Amino acid sequence: MAEYKNVLVFGETADGKLATITAELLGCGRRLADELKENLICILIGEKVADIANSAIASGADKVYVVEDPLLKEYQTDAYLMVMEKAVKEIMPRILLLGQTSIGRDLAPRLAFRLATGLSMDCVELSIDPTTKLLQQIRPVYGGNARAIFTTESFPQMATVRQKAMTPLEPDPSRKGEVVPLKVEIDPAKIRAKVLQTVKEEVVGIKLEDAQTVVAGGRGIGGPEGFKQLEELAKLLKGAVGASRPPCDNKWVPDTIQIGLTGKIVTPELYIAVGISGASQHIAGCSGAKNIVAINKDPEANIFKEARFGVVGDWKQVLPAFTEKVKELLAG
Amino acid sequence: MPNMVVCCKQVIDPEAPPASFKIDPATNKVVPPPGVPPVISPFDEQAVEAALRIKDKHGGKITVISLGNNLLRDVVKKPLSMGADELILLEDPAFEDSDSWSTAYALAMAIKKIGQYDLIFCGRQAADWDAGQVGCGIAEILGIPCVTIAKSVEFMDGKAKVERVIPDGYQVIEVALPAVITVSNELGEARYATLKGIMAAAKKQPIVWKPADIGVSPSEVGTAGRRTKLVKLFQPVKEGKCEFVEADSPAEAGAKLALRLREAKLI
Ligand SMILES: Cc1cc2nc3c(=O)[nH]c(=O)nc-3n(C[C@H](O)[C@H](O)[C@H](O)COP(=O)(O)OP(=O)(O)OC[C@H]3O[C@@H](n4cnc5c(N)ncnc54)[C@H](O)[C@@H]3O)c2cc1C
Ligand SMILES: Nc1ncnc2c1ncn2[C@@H]1O[C@H](COP(=O)(O)O)[C@@H](O)[C@H]1O
Repeated sequence: MAEYKNVLVFGETADGKLATITAELLGCGRRLADELKENLICILIGEKVADIANSAIASGADKVYVVEDPLLKEYQTDAYLMVMEKAVKEIMPRILLLGQTSIGRDLAPRLAFRLATGLSMDCVELSIDPTTKLLQQIRPVYGGNARAIFTTESFPQMATVRQKAMTPLEPDPSRKGEVVPLKVEIDPAKIRAKVLQTVKEEVVGIKLEDAQTVVAGGRGIGGPEGFKQLEELAKLLKGAVGASRPPCDNKWVPDTIQIGLTGKIVTPELYIAVGISGASQHIAGCSGAKNIVAINKDPEANIFKEARFGVVGDWKQVLPAFTEKVKELLAG
Repeated sequence: MPNMVVCCKQVIDPEAPPASFKIDPATNKVVPPPGVPPVISPFDEQAVEAALRIKDKHGGKITVISLGNNLLRDVVKKPLSMGADELILLEDPAFEDSDSWSTAYALAMAIKKIGQYDLIFCGRQAADWDAGQVGCGIAEILGIPCVTIAKSVEFMDGKAKVERVIPDGYQVIEVALPAVITVSNELGEARYATLKGIMAAAKKQPIVWKPADIGVSPSEVGTAGRRTKLVKLFQPVKEGKCEFVEADSPAEAGAKLALRLREAKLI
């Protein structure tokens, strides 16, 4: 399939800037494109996104397609699908990368089926096979218990990439690239799933995804009161509170702080896991932490296989003394 | 009254202890942990729950479809015991080792054969391969819309109002029917089977369809219909070097941990 060429990255924006995941994809895409001796292209879709094209170039893109339309202000599956279908048919990329984000999870599979090509979701490593030149797509499977390497022989070869799995390039504003507007007619009658409203929960303090210290609680915390103690510790360490799934499912804490395969991915310097057993689906969200500290009463708990430091004991007794000592150390 | 279809996959219990997880490198397959029976993938149980909540309010019919080979009747019948009306099994050796493509294709063709459907529910991702593609694929093949990662689904005449989970909250989405909805755990726990339900389910026989029954050739499903090739399946190696902080009492251990973290310049 000689006509499929280059690496295309589906770009996302956040607060009017290039999203972190897109910089990560461009970092990875640059490496793949260089290996193939081809170009790295980024596509930006939205109401007004042209201003961001330069950051995409600074982050590694050789060429940026910009699609602007008031109907694209907010992500809506059908509209974005129309744009991407047309764009891919025009650009004919060898490889198409999206982020494993709220948008990527929704858009990538629809697009793959529409384009009749294969797709690997949530990849953590991508490389080019030296002999076949095919994209090797490495992704955790079975909740993180195993990894699988996939290839696809249909084009474009599509993958979504886990957040924080790839390293962005240092942005270089002197990099040169081309910005190309792309016009796509969007038929509003074809938007069959309409976003009526977006409800966002206010985050007080440091965002979980950005925190350098995360104090996370699990089912072992036992109820919402226990989380107050975790909050106190997080505040002291200028960090954020996270949770495994059961505290969210039980409504002790908001759903938005769930860490794991289907929750948030965090990569702090310090991750303190309290009353968390360390199921693979949870570890999927925190294995990128530099240092995991575990407090758990079960010496056999899987979390200790992930941790650098551990205390075996009832958190109700361990944690207050720990917090007290931290306070003392930080004060003096 | 809505006609609903729920796609339920039988999987190896995803909450089996991590230590019991084994791969056979010769076949590139997971060895089912001995003594741990398979389950309906958890998000799929919640997809059944989503359909049941609509049935509680509006009536209607729920048909469950499971695709695979050698499916355990006790496992795949669980949705019936929760209150679903009918079970269709796409069961044949030809369906083995499907990927998202061949699965979605066979399920879509089965749903076409069922003919009447307003809502099709799937889990957001199956707990074995964690692909998260089949729901979207069914929608694309049937040419209907899809809303992913739902935490609530309200049925109205000709449309549905869906709350879709996003990282910092949720979106309210109105979708024209028929549509596919993929369900996430934020929907809430699936109900237990009642004794009456279990007895009724025991009496019901699943309908079994082979590839020919849904008008597909064996070369379009299972391994033959894949678009992704599994090159290798392996378990990442872990060093697992935990330094346990020990002391005479848990409280002392807590204080000592703080000192140790200070030494390591982590606080
Ligand atoms: C497809 C799929 C996706 C999933 N996605 C996610 C996800 O994104 N995030 C996630 O977290 N989970 C996810 N899960 C669920 C996951 O499999 C586990 O069930 C979950 O992570 C367990 O949470 P836990 O460790 O808090 O609870 P448990 O496994 O019940 O562990 C509680 C721990 O607390 C300890 N404990 C109890 N009391 C005390 C005490 N007083 N002091 C000290 N320790 C105590 C116990 O020893 C135990 O180790 C997913 C599951 C599936 C199937
Ligand atoms: N073999 C199967 N039988 C029935 N439903 C399935 C099957 N495989 C996938 N599904 C449905 O599609 C959803 C997503 O699966 P996947 O894309 O494989 O992660 C699952 O949660 C099920 O609802």
